[in-house]
Amino acid sequence: MSFCAPKDFFFSPENLEVAKKIMAKYPAGKQASALVPLLDLAQRQNGNWLPRSAIAYVAELLEVPAIRAFEVATFYTMFNLEPVGKYLIQLCRTTPCWLAGGEAIAQACQVRLGIKVGETTPDKMFTLKEVECLGACVNAPVMQINDDTYENLTPDGVVKIIDALARGDKPPAAFVTGCGGTCSCGKGKGGKC
Amino acid sequence: MRMIKLTINGQEVEVAEGTSVLQACEQLGIEIPRFCYHDRLSVAGSCRMCLVDIEKAPKPVASCTMPCANGMVVHTDTEAVKQERQGVMEMLLLNHPLDCPVCDQGGECDLQDQAFAYGRDRCRCTETRRKVADKDLGPLIKTVMTRCIHCTRCVRFMEEIAGSPELGGIYRGEKMEIGPCCEGPLHSELSGNLVDICPVGALTNKPYAFRARPWELTKTESIDVMDAVGCNIRIDSRGNEVMRIVPRLHEDINEEWINDKARFACDGLRLQRLDVPYIRKDGQLKSASWAEAFDVIAKKLRPLAPHQIAALAGDMTDCETLFAMKQLMGKLDCPHYDCRQDGVDYDVSKRATYVMNSTIAGIEEADAILLVGTNPRHEGTLVNARILKRWRKGGCPVGLIGAPVELGYPYRPVGESALAMRDLIEGKHPFADFLRKAQKPMLLLGAGALARPDGPAVHALARELAEAFGMVREGWNGFNVLQKAASRVGGLDLGFLPSGQYGMNTNSILAAAQGGRLEVLFLLGADEIDMDRLGKSFVVYMGHHGDKGAGRADVILPSAAYSEKDATYVNTEGRPQRTYRAVFPPGQARADWEIIVGLSHALGDGLAYDTLAALREAMGKVHPHLLRIDEVPTNAWKPFGATGKLSIQPFTPVIDNFYMTDPISRCSPTMARCTAEILPLLPEGRRRA
Ligand code: SF4
Ligand code: FES
Ligand code: FES
Repeated sequence: MSFCAPKDFFFSPENLEVAKKIMAKYPAGKQASALVPLLDLAQRQNGNWLPRSAIAYVAELLEVPAIRAFEVATFYTMFNLEPVGKYLIQLCRTTPCWLAGGEAIAQACQVRLGIKVGETTPDKMFTLKEVECLGACVNAPVMQINDDTYENLTPDGVVKIIDALARGDKPPAAFVTGCGGTCSCGKGKGGKC
Repeated sequence: MRMIKLTINGQEVEVAEGTSVLQACEQLGIEIPRFCYHDRLSVAGSCRMCLVDIEKAPKPVASCTMPCANGMVVHTDTEAVKQERQGVMEMLLLNHPLDCPVCDQGGECDLQDQAFAYGRDRCRCTETRRKVADKDLGPLIKTVMTRCIHCTRCVRFMEEIAGSPELGGIYRGEKMEIGPCCEGPLHSELSGNLVDICPVGALTNKPYAFRARPWELTKTESIDVMDAVGCNIRIDSRGNEVMRIVPRLHEDINEEWINDKARFACDGLRLQRLDVPYIRKDGQLKSASWAEAFDVIAKKLRPLAPHQIAALAGDMTDCETLFAMKQLMGKLDCPHYDCRQDGVDYDVSKRATYVMNSTIAGIEEADAILLVGTNPRHEGTLVNARILKRWRKGGCPVGLIGAPVELGYPYRPVGESALAMRDLIEGKHPFADFLRKAQKPMLLLGAGALARPDGPAVHALARELAEAFGMVREGWNGFNVLQKAASRVGGLDLGFLPSGQYGMNTNSILAAAQGGRLEVLFLLGADEIDMDRLGKSFVVYMGHHGDKGAGRADVILPSAAYSEKDATYVNTEGRPQRTYRAVFPPGQARADWEIIVGLSHALGDGLAYDTLAALREAMGKVHPHLLRIDEVPTNAWKPFGATGKLSIQPFTPVIDNFYMTDPISRCSPTMARCTAEILPLLPEGRRRA
């Protein structure tokens, strides 16, 4: 019953193959379990956001009512229901990060990008968003850009990260600004981070 | 079943295993406040209003989700429990607008009632309340989503009872909202029940908005006549106006639901009413007195021979009227009358041939269901709801012979034409296995299959199929006809059918009228016939709305709608039930039977009764079962049916617009809105366009 959305989203042939593999992981009749991975796949295909038509398409593929898929898509903050920039910056604002200076990080990002939290830069490069705990509090403050987490942030550090991305350079995943070895970048072990 | 003993408020009680603490309390008559729990829906445990204390439990327990266990000691009436519930109430009210003075739920709101018992008299919260945007759910349901307490009853109702999962809990936490995935009219024909199921004023009756307060209304228990299911309703009126219609509990028929036409078409009762008699003079209908109208008819009838007169009854004609009319026709010596305006002509000599023998509640016992030529969602919405209920319990495959339809549950297509029944009997279709293995197989034969020229043959084949699969056995009769007209079973019971050898049925009557062989035709609210076929005959229309029949009439006798008379109707199960007068008929309109008795006097040979009681007594002498209200007689199974040629044409649905099927709903502005806004969204509507 995906009557409501325009039918203008389809998996690409390659993604359809991936989707079928994902669906095959679940026992027959339990395909609905593939909802989250398939929504994620659809979001990746669609420039990092999920239009209604994609939700309805996935629902139809899995034979679940559109509203059930919509509930899931709206529940998880990782699904973007509106277009976002090329880089989606998610700033953690939960207590540990906040205690460790998260607010200054947010401030630095807003100044560097010239936008407020919740907005996208006019060149559609960056979207700034506040989220709850990213699960890496040990290295607070933390933010996540697309799939990568950046930990032990400092105001200067985030500006460098954004600069790198703006130039087209990819800063290393888990780019950290001197954790002393607690972060997950791997360099800390023995060496200096 | 294992029994479990527990103590509630010092009282010992024994309950079946699996009973929740809330249900156990109910068995003792202890009232537990609740919002999300509803005994016909799955348990959500989301509102926390039903808290009780259980000894040894570390914290208060939501009684609706807690199964009883042996030796449990439950307290529901301590000061601590009261405080716990007060706490929950305070939380529920944190974001509730408390706009009761402008809320239509006021006076019948669970939140309001329970706030009286558990609410504090002031608010300690200084934060601003959250606001939620209202959702557009179409012409029937008004939303004020800020009032929603997230009980999710509506979400569960749409999925579990209506079979149309259209609402959900979207976003989360503090931002959670109840809504559809895309706004616009709900598709379900049961959506009106959301108004009743929502414990607060978030979902209310849109056409009724701001029109009345519940305490101003006079409540009359009655039944619905817009289909043949006979849903029990309550008519709420103020002065002489029907304000709204709500369902009334009847476990064996509609449980506590009604369909949207039964609920919302009531505004059609106010419009286009026939309130004085009319006589056509020089092509124009002119208002007249009753005496004049009767006089014209009497003059017209006097010189005629019996075979020049005929009568047809419509879909909402009650038993009393049919009985009186049949006797009047007897006095005129006229054998030409029929209660089947759709022209069906299958064998109705035995009662078992035209009713739902298994009964509606019996659906819950069935373990394989075959639908033949029917879309029960439109022809008997609550019958379909019962099938959905049965299907959800599992172990009951449903097959459909006919054009594909959306029913709210998956079914196995068995074929599209009557020939598929032959295939089943011969075991050529895999669905035959399900029917053969079933203990209580049943068949539901719809109007789409019977209202065709090959209807009699389809009917006979259905009997063959029923017998081949043992659908009729000791203690079970799974042969069912789903009627769609409220008057039909009553009419057939009363034998409002061509009498004797020469009596003409609907088709012959229409042919005679067209051929100029018929002088006078009485239409008792018969609006669904082809008026162009009436030729030059003199048409006496008795009815309540200025519909097709009134447009063609030469004399109009204004009668009472179902909300304006005490009358008997027999539903598709063969269960006689009564409507009761909630308001008076408008103007000079009278109850139909009174008109017929009046006419009989004007014709010089009066019928022998002048009160309803006397009429019913006379009717009861011939048809005693019509006085045994709410009793379903069991019907003997005897051979029946006629042979004939079967058409290979697929069965097609007979109702293409659920929202307008009778004179009342055709006059209803709300139903007109549904037709304009909902119908185009449905497969039926798209087919129509
Ligand atoms: S709209 Fe009404 S029924 Fe639905 S969740 Fe809100 S309060 Fe409950
Ligand atoms: S609080 Fe920021 S990652 Fe957990
Ligand atoms: S009634 Fe028990 S939690 Fe709502």
